[in-house]
Amino acid sequence: MADTVRIDAKGMHYTPLNRAIKAAVASGARKIELDNIMGQRFIADGLRGDVEIIINGVPGGDLGMFMSGPTCIVHGNCEHAPGNTMDAGTIVIHGNAGDAVAHSMRGGMIFVRDDIGYRGGIHMKQYKEKRPILVIGGSARAFLGEYMAGGLILVLGRKGTHPELDRGIGSGIHGGKIIIRGDVSDKHLGVGAKKDDLKGEGREEITPLIEKFCVFFDLDPASFIDDRYYLITPASARPFASKYTWEV
Amino acid sequence: MSIGSVPLRYRISVDHDQCMICGRCVESCPYGVFRKEGEQIHVNSRVCVACHRCISMCPRDAISLVERPVDYRSHPIWTPQVKEAIYNQARTGKIILSGMGNAQDYPVIFDRLVLDACQVTNPSIDPLREPMELRTYIGKKPAHLDFKMVNGDTVLETKLSPNLLLETPIMIGHMSYGAISLNAQQSLARAVTECGTFMGTGEGGLHHSLYPYQDHMIVQVASGRFGVDINYLERGAAIEIKIGQGAKPGLGGHLPGEKICADVSCTRMIPEGSDAISPAPHHDIYSIEDLKQLVRSLKEATEWKKPVFVKIAAVHNSAAIAAGIARSSADAVVIDGFRGGTGAAPRVFRDHVGIPIEAAVASVDAKLRSQGIRNEVSLIASGGIRESADVAKVIALGADAVYIGTAALVAMGCRVCGTCYKGLCPWGIATQRPDLVARLDPDFASVNVANLIHAWTLELSELMGAAGINSIESLRGNRDRLRGYLLDESIMKVLDVKTVGA
Repeated sequence: MADTVRIDAKGMHYTPLNRAIKAAVASGARKIELDNIMGQRFIADGLRGDVEIIINGVPGGDLGMFMSGPTCIVHGNCEHAPGNTMDAGTIVIHGNAGDAVAHSMRGGMIFVRDDIGYRGGIHMKQYKEKRPILVIGGSARAFLGEYMAGGLILVLGRKGTHPELDRGIGSGIHGGKIIIRGDVSDKHLGVGAKKDDLKGEGREEITPLIEKFCVFFDLDPASFIDDRYYLITPASARPFASKYTWEV
Repeated sequence: MSIGSVPLRYRISVDHDQCMICGRCVESCPYGVFRKEGEQIHVNSRVCVACHRCISMCPRDAISLVERPVDYRSHPIWTPQVKEAIYNQARTGKIILSGMGNAQDYPVIFDRLVLDACQVTNPSIDPLREPMELRTYIGKKPAHLDFKMVNGDTVLETKLSPNLLLETPIMIGHMSYGAISLNAQQSLARAVTECGTFMGTGEGGLHHSLYPYQDHMIVQVASGRFGVDINYLERGAAIEIKIGQGAKPGLGGHLPGEKICADVSCTRMIPEGSDAISPAPHHDIYSIEDLKQLVRSLKEATEWKKPVFVKIAAVHNSAAIAAGIARSSADAVVIDGFRGGTGAAPRVFRDHVGIPIEAAVASVDAKLRSQGIRNEVSLIASGGIRESADVAKVIALGADAVYIGTAALVAMGCRVCGTCYKGLCPWGIATQRPDLVARLDPDFASVNVANLIHAWTLELSELMGAAGINSIESLRGNRDRLRGYLLDESIMKVLDVKTVGA
């Protein structure tokens, strides 16, 4: 088996496509290039291994769901929930992505060049060395980082000077961080979220992520690094604790 | 202070003539009812929850418990429960959380249904000497079979979907590690392995000590996705998507940080001490089409080798929802009735939201049959199955199998005190405190649970034999073997059963 495998996915259903991908990985392929992808869901679903998958076209929903290790590079936009419950690995999207990007993601990294839809990074969570990271080059719609329990979301707003903001950022957040370039006003914050200026350690943490993002998309990191960022974190680790009383 | 304290719920008294001051009650009670002062045991009844641990451990039967020793003025509407809920909320202004299942005095439909037996015209069957077939397959059944002839042999051409093989139609429902202790999960896992049946993991991941039993475990994927990764999905014998729960339909879950100890944190894959919040909806499911996508994503991840179940709470339009689920590629629908248990649920949901399992199963079965898709899914009934008669009745109403939950906990000592949420379960079941967990020995508790499943299976085969039925498949949906006793006509219409005497 060659190191690189090319699959023409024209008119192919996702199940035989995923079988072909798994078979290629099993036989030692290090790089798989998928051509003519048009809406196939679940690409690399539950896939393990150290392999790079180049996706030429627009994959359907749940790209890289439960994925544990591989790298997916998408030359096109993504449908909803790329990186859903993803465990490890990387997804790089040269375009936009739909709603619920990185839903319940528990590890690995996602880089989106442009914008994402609603509820990005919803319920991301972290545990020990597993810490998911979502970097959004453009802007995100409402309820970014809703129910967030861990990990990091970074929004760069590269199209204008700053991202366009929408309401409900970090609604119900009880762990993790959301970092947004430019100004964040209180009206954009969700219930249970608080904001501060990003300083010191936080800035050091995002610098390598910005550099990595800029390498993927061939951009100059300087303008991103020398700017103001806001940090959004939970107002409490127990957002619902004060809602309830015990029966006895 | 204007409300003052409410009267005692329970009064504990010690018969000092009997008491030998051995102190076992003091050791047994994690709530601190008992203390030894000088040569006498003293009690603080106010903290008692009626778990009976002290009573079961007292070697002299010296302890008595009286419920509501103080009367209120009796009133049919303004009951003590109603008044005390108001006192609580007047003090706190908060939502009341309570444990275990529905505590409202609704009529139990099971108790108004009677089973049939043979007399003269067709013979009953003696299970002692005739084989009784209780084996149950959970999963899709083909609508028709295609065969071809190969060298004179008949070969099946139809591709069959994966099914679970149950030696008895009784499974144990999903109770997560976190909600219950590891010793409790191990006891259940050993029992189902012994009995040739299955249990659910709940949304708490799969602890490594349960891997030896993984072929008998159904792994759950709920809205918090706790403990879910590809290893977990591949280990399970089947995968269950939890949409809703009978004890709190429409709500998610919330495991408080205090219960997230090191081991629970490890299987759930979240930091120690953090709240584990399962949102009310799955945020990748906002429609029946999205559900299909989640079902298929799980099948795709596990190469279509595992049956996928979808569990919903029994609500008004369960039948239409189940018909949608049956078309989603799912292999089984679990319907959880409003009597289902829980560690903690808002009291107002536990007692007032949802419908009984009997009506839900009958209407789902009827809907699936009317649409010609009953074979597409198995139907699992749960929530309020208390004894083998309930199993027989719910199967006759159309279920393929049942999940039991509370009954399995009772088999391990649970007294249904409804105080699971305190995390101090003296029986070592609903707690993570190591000294309390150690009280539950899986060597013994697993035998108790296996005994219960075995005993119910025996009773079920006796009931079937008496009705002249030798295969569980002939009981399934066989409403002719049921009669309603003082059920009203509209309910009997939903259940599709006749009245006694008809």
